[in-house]
Amino acid sequence: MTTLEHGHASGHGGGHEEHAAEHGHPGAKTYTIIGVILAVITLAEVFFYTQEAVLAFLVPLLLLLSAAKFAIVVGFYMHLRFDNPLFTAVFGFGLVVAASVITALMFLFGQYPLPQHIG
Amino acid sequence: MAQTAVPVIVDSGAPPPVAAEAPLVLEHPHTSTGLDNRKLLMWAFLASDCMFFGTLIATYMVYKNRSLDGPLPREVFDVPYTSVSAFVLLLSSLTMVLALSSIQRGEERKMRIWLSATALLGCVFLGGQFYEFTSFYREGLSLSRNLFGSTFFTLTGFHGTHVAIGVFWLASLVTHSFRGRLHQEHSLLVEIAGLYWHFVDIVWILIFTLVYLIPD
Repeated sequence: MTTLEHGHASGHGGGHEEHAAEHGHPGAKTYTIIGVILAVITLAEVFFYTQEAVLAFLVPLLLLLSAAKFAIVVGFYMHLRFDNPLFTAVFGFGLVVAASVITALMFLFGQYPLPQHIG
Repeated sequence: MAQTAVPVIVDSGAPPPVAAEAPLVLEHPHTSTGLDNRKLLMWAFLASDCMFFGTLIATYMVYKNRSLDGPLPREVFDVPYTSVSAFVLLLSSLTMVLALSSIQRGEERKMRIWLSATALLGCVFLGGQFYEFTSFYREGLSLSRNLFGSTFFTLTGFHGTHVAIGVFWLASLVTHSFRGRLHQEHSLLVEIAGLYWHFVDIVWILIFTLVYLIPD
């Protein structure tokens, strides 16, 4: 089997990356770098959580960092960035419905200040 | 009058061919999308699970700060402790993709190690959640204590259940591999299990931010 031979024959660095590219997925090295990035973002989240200075814009900051982690995991670890767009469409549909439900319910029950001021 | 062809069975005397050991997974048949239906089905399931967790998160957010009686989130949450749990789950996502990468290269031993590590990290996360739940309970927070308790335990409890199912799934894959029934050509099985596991991770990314980090 060519792929197996390739995997064993490649003793030099980058062989795993080349092999992974055959599957259209990143290799072990890329996955590890992404893992480090995710850990750094999580550390940043906890750091900002403890800082009084950023309290005014803490919520959008945390949401932004959380969305970045979400996108990185879905894009790279779940391979949506490399796979067929139909998978993205199917998952995106559920995601949009879920986000809409959360947003609609929070407006409906007055968790956002804007409707209360209008009312 | 036309004659109809009658099939003739000839006994050659040879024993019938013995079926080889059935493979765990066959090549996926031709589909109208050109995609493997099992993978598409998993994505459809994850989309529906998005809606499921969306409603649970929405319920938690709607009832946030509406408890008339304590304990309240700021009184019981231990963010540094939960941060470690978040790290553990993130790390398990890394070991999961390394398991997939290994089986795609035909390195079954490495795949078993990474899959076992993922399952172990999942168990560590569950143990941490069990400890957290019991410590909250000792502080007076229960499912029926107040709105915070009801929504928090329902949301995180369902997430924990998903993690537990994932751990069993991973353990079954490791068992299949030890029995010699999970090879390079079956990498899709590991990929599908990985999709589920990563989904559990991204749900925790949202829960960690929305429930634990965003202040009251």
